[in-house]
Amino acid sequence: MEEYIIEMLNITKEFPGIIANDDITLRLKKGEIHALLGENGAGKSTLMSVLFGLYQAEKGEIRINGKVAKINNPNDANDLGIGMVHQHFKLVEIFTVLENIILGVEPNKLGFLQKKGAREKVLMLSEKYGLKVSPDAFIEKISVGMQQRVEILKMLYRENDILIFDEPTAVLTPQEIGELMKIMREFAKEGKSILFITHKLNEIMAVADSCTVLRKGKCIGTVSIKDTTKEELSRMMVGRDVIFKVDKKNAEPGDVVLSVRNITVSSETHKNNAVKNVSFDVRAGEIVCLAGIDGNGQTEFIAALTGLEKLSNGSITLCDRNITKASIRTRSKSGMSHIPEDRHKYGLVLDYTLEENLVIQRYWQPEFQNLGFIKGQAVRSYAEKLIEQYDVRSGQGPITAVRSMSGGNQQKAIIAREIDKQHELLVAVQPTRGLDVGAIEYVHKQLIARRDAGKAVLLVSLELDEVMNVSDRILVMYEGEIVGELDPKTTTVQEIGLYMSGAKRNLVKEVENAK
Amino acid sequence: MQNSTVSSSKKNKLKKITNSKGFSAFTAALLAIFLGLIFGFVVMVVASPANSLSGFEMVLIGGLNRLGDVLYFATPILMTGLAVGFAFKMGLFNIGASGQYTMGMFFALYAGFMWDLPGSIHWIVCVLAGMVGGMLWGFIPGIFKALLNVNEVITSIMFNYIGMYLVDILIQGNAVMYVSSKTRTAYLPATAQLPSLGIANSNVNFSFIIAIAVAVILYVVLHKTTFGYELKATGFNKSAATYAGMNGKRNIILAMVIAGAMAGLGGAFAMLAPSTIAGSSMTYEPINVIAANGFTGIAVALLGSNSPIGIIFSSLFISYIQRGGTLASLYGYKAEIIDVVIAVIIYFSAFAMLMNATVIKLLKKRRDKKYLKIIADVPDSNNSHQIDKKEGA
Repeated sequence: MEEYIIEMLNITKEFPGIIANDDITLRLKKGEIHALLGENGAGKSTLMSVLFGLYQAEKGEIRINGKVAKINNPNDANDLGIGMVHQHFKLVEIFTVLENIILGVEPNKLGFLQKKGAREKVLMLSEKYGLKVSPDAFIEKISVGMQQRVEILKMLYRENDILIFDEPTAVLTPQEIGELMKIMREFAKEGKSILFITHKLNEIMAVADSCTVLRKGKCIGTVSIKDTTKEELSRMMVGRDVIFKVDKKNAEPGDVVLSVRNITVSSETHKNNAVKNVSFDVRAGEIVCLAGIDGNGQTEFIAALTGLEKLSNGSITLCDRNITKASIRTRSKSGMSHIPEDRHKYGLVLDYTLEENLVIQRYWQPEFQNLGFIKGQAVRSYAEKLIEQYDVRSGQGPITAVRSMSGGNQQKAIIAREIDKQHELLVAVQPTRGLDVGAIEYVHKQLIARRDAGKAVLLVSLELDEVMNVSDRILVMYEGEIVGELDPKTTTVQEIGLYMSGAKRNLVKEVENAK
Repeated sequence: MQNSTVSSSKKNKLKKITNSKGFSAFTAALLAIFLGLIFGFVVMVVASPANSLSGFEMVLIGGLNRLGDVLYFATPILMTGLAVGFAFKMGLFNIGASGQYTMGMFFALYAGFMWDLPGSIHWIVCVLAGMVGGMLWGFIPGIFKALLNVNEVITSIMFNYIGMYLVDILIQGNAVMYVSSKTRTAYLPATAQLPSLGIANSNVNFSFIIAIAVAVILYVVLHKTTFGYELKATGFNKSAATYAGMNGKRNIILAMVIAGAMAGLGGAFAMLAPSTIAGSSMTYEPINVIAANGFTGIAVALLGSNSPIGIIFSSLFISYIQRGGTLASLYGYKAEIIDVVIAVIIYFSAFAMLMNATVIKLLKKRRDKKYLKIIADVPDSNNSHQIDKKEGA
């Protein structure tokens, strides 16, 4: 009989209105990397929170090394040797790396902090596992990759031997992901056991030994990676076949629709410019993707492009019309549609109904108002049309409060609204963020349909799969500059990664000449 | 799937009334009033146990004998309530209703005393003048907020003082308006007074009807017009309103001007009311006190959950309970006791909103759970359909 270090048996966790975990069993062997796969909302995080003591399960039991354990809070979990790297790091920004690592288990003598021993231990661990950190750097000053290494060192410092990684690769470059995989394998070799939460199949195939799949709160099954394929896993995760390769024809770029020249945007958070001298064109019938690691100026650039922020220098031309200083409404009228990055902050008025949100870009048009009075009937039938056409699902149709809708359907509503509005350029910023596989497929199809209809599409994405599959041309942004223009047909994920991390750059000669 | 959605929408229709926002606000207000009254009774028992029952009875039903007065005193606080509630729909806290109200009083008085106009239009001009006064005092904080992003709470508090001192100075310096021996304004000419509604022993007048009409108009503006749509969108989510290209600056100024107009009208209505004693009129005493009706407006708006229609009822209720309180003084209770009771009601209304929200949430969750079950059954079959279609094609 095999020995399990952790057994979560028949775990059921119910929240008001939803069963997040329904009779789930998960067994983790000593020294294995066990992936936990599922779409958003499948119950992965809930299950891990139960294990980590953040929630108490209604039914089921947890056994550690065969003994029933009662985990009431994260401290209990820590005592049992369970450590977790959260998706959103739990670090004190204004503390140093060392201070963060010892936080909660500070070595002290009569209440005075004893950092010397701690520093030696941290340096030793960092040396041993190749986790490069500088102990005296402040968290707010170091890269996301290093912050993650700090989180890992925190677990090692506490001598945890069951490590939980919650979506650890979302914020990393391909190179950093490679390093992380190597470190995880190193841990496993040493006899530490790893639970790896993700929805990225490639990573599971690359690093995990076995995989448990959740769907809608239920356990679909546990498989050994040796005996399975990516397709098999995705079918288990989604419940149907998923097409990985996005089907599309070659692009037939037409006239220049959007042309930006020497855009510079100052940053709110630091002295340097967030966007530096960015110039490029987007033509009708092509999807141009602005790739890069989060925080390299994409958000600021889009804000300047769409009129949410002022730019300090440069010019924007949309359909031969200079819109550098135009209001948001004028930009919209000139043919710009914008699927915003943050759909709750910008995309929707959550307290409005679905129909009110569907006309938020158009309520002022004669079609929907007469002398300032909104034509309720026109709004209703327009909303019904969009809901039908774009398959937006909701509880009560046009009068559903948008707040009560699922993320995927909220995004569908925004996409329907922005696509149905007259436009020449579609700016889509991370349109698939937080969506499940099915919805992602839908969004990609819509973007390509726009391209095929002869519209220009500017896509901003952090997901490399999306960048590679959907775009016709890739512009990589690093520290506010465009450092490379790549063709997705000839480039590789690794090459994009080098540009994203600033290790490589090619000057975009075409655009330079066009100036 | 079709069937399940149809049946759920039917159920929703049945529950529509009880689940609507207006209904929950209404029950919250009722709960607040109930709890407030109980606490008020406790206060009265503590203050004077022997008279508490008869005193409390006065508070509860005393207003019934003075219905005309209830309407009369409700009018100004209905207007200041609208001034606060309307601005709040856009996320602006117009604490300056007092200043706008005072300016409205002054402008109305000035038009009443200084302009000699025929009786048929004099009072109308005075009312409009009061409205303009309030608009001016709403416009200035609005401009500061829109163009310089100065917090409207700070500006409008300061403008309460500026307005009050300014009006007191101007009135005391005007020999036509001010009777220095009586430290109050003179009696207004009859042409400037509002037409009475003719209820015996009461000052209730035509302004009450105007006030109701204005509240209904505001309701229509908020719910049926593009301006109202923009205003509420901005109030709910400023960033989304900006993203949708709404002109936030213009809307802030407009909302504050309209709010000011409401309070200004309230001031005009208070000053221009006809008196039951022939030859006299309402008077203003420049005694350096900020108009209380402005602050009562905040309470009215809160109890009426900022809805113009809700504000009609909450102003009537507060006026009613104030009349009852005045009558409770017959049993030796100070008028301040009733202020305490009203304050408690307001306090509980904020509290009850919270309680109500939790109750509604629980109910909704139960409903969502049912709905989730429906959804959970649907997509699978739906997806397989899609695949079938693909394969078929």
